[in-house]
Amino acid sequence: MSEELSFTLDGRRVPFQDGQTIMTAALAAGFYIPHLCFNPEFTPHGSCRVCLVKINGRMQASCTTPAAAGQTVLSEIEEVREMRRGILQMLFVEGNHVCPACEKSGACQLQAVAYYAGMLAPHYTHFYPRRPVDASHPDALIDFNRCILCELCVRASRDVDGKNVFAVQGRGIKAHLVVNTPSGKLGATDFNITDKAAQVCPTGTILRKHSGYEIPIGQRLYDRKPINVVGDVAALAVSKGGRRHD
Amino acid sequence: MIESKLKVATCSLCGCFGCHMSLLDLDERLFDLTERVEFDRSPLTDIKESGECDIGIVEGGIANVENVHTLLEFRARCKILIAMGACAISGGIPAMRNQYELKDCLEESYTRGIGLVDAQIPNDPEIPLLLNQVHPIHEVVKIDYFLPGCPPSADAIWTFVSQLLAGQPIVLPYTQIHYD
Repeated sequence: MSEELSFTLDGRRVPFQDGQTIMTAALAAGFYIPHLCFNPEFTPHGSCRVCLVKINGRMQASCTTPAAAGQTVLSEIEEVREMRRGILQMLFVEGNHVCPACEKSGACQLQAVAYYAGMLAPHYTHFYPRRPVDASHPDALIDFNRCILCELCVRASRDVDGKNVFAVQGRGIKAHLVVNTPSGKLGATDFNITDKAAQVCPTGTILRKHSGYEIPIGQRLYDRKPINVVGDVAALAVSKGGRRHD
Repeated sequence: MIESKLKVATCSLCGCFGCHMSLLDLDERLFDLTERVEFDRSPLTDIKESGECDIGIVEGGIANVENVHTLLEFRARCKILIAMGACAISGGIPAMRNQYELKDCLEESYTRGIGLVDAQIPNDPEIPLLLNQVHPIHEVVKIDYFLPGCPPSADAIWTFVSQLLAGQPIVLPYTQIHYD
């Protein structure tokens, strides 16, 4: 077929190849669709729903919906933005996202997407769940209060590191991240700070120890420029304020 | 005809007064502000009880019964109520005590603290009783506007107040929306 396949995103033409999703095609064409559980290096998960868009009149997750010729995709319309803000607000009240006390603040993808979406307040009633902090590993810290169950660490540890350090246990509101050892402690695993799983967290759940405030608050990745301009923290090198260690 | 000034009340509930410090960081813009508004109850005026006001600005969350009382007074007396800062909006740092039982928090501070003599948990009737958990103010009363930040910068406060007084929709530039 000589004609190039394409769909429209907010009126702009987006070319794609067979097998691409709306998200991957949009990213390849340089268009940003907000996302948290999606990372181009991994199989889409479709769990956070932040990337939802209106495709031919239906709300769908752009990271799991295959691109098809002639689709009309709407992302930056108020109806979608409103729903996206609602999803973000639910993510915020479901955990304990205390930005003023979090060393990831300013380089946190959850926070950055919420800034981008114009979320001013969490709106809903806070759950204030009681979740533990695991500081047993010499180089990394896990604060389960900030986990949004994106499973990026699960996928990275299983698919890239070949270690299976993380898993999500329980169902529904009881679903939670666990560390795959009898004690449940990260220190008892062969997890290493250079593992892929240490670099992909879109929140401040998995943190590198000893370097939390090397870049002062106010001078971080998302403090001056929005995420649609600077990109995902997990995709950027440490020297550029990101989390990538290679 | 002299246009009457809008009445503004402010208070700090379970906050650190950081948002009020940020308000003072308006510096010379405070002169412009006081041309347009008159402060009623506020830590800046030391008026203890608010009259009828056009705008109420609340810093801090709800942590004790006095906070609830003050918040209800503000909601009853203010036409527009604004939640300013992380504590008012999400409980903020004080809400981190929600991870623990209140009894444990009090014992940690007052009976197990370092260097305490004759340690006991304060129970004077003058001291407002603490709530079991700290809550953001929108869980108690209706809030009309939210201004995030810990604290919101003076620039963010100025953008917000200017647009509000001008009757415009609130549109904060990217650098003025912060949760930290």
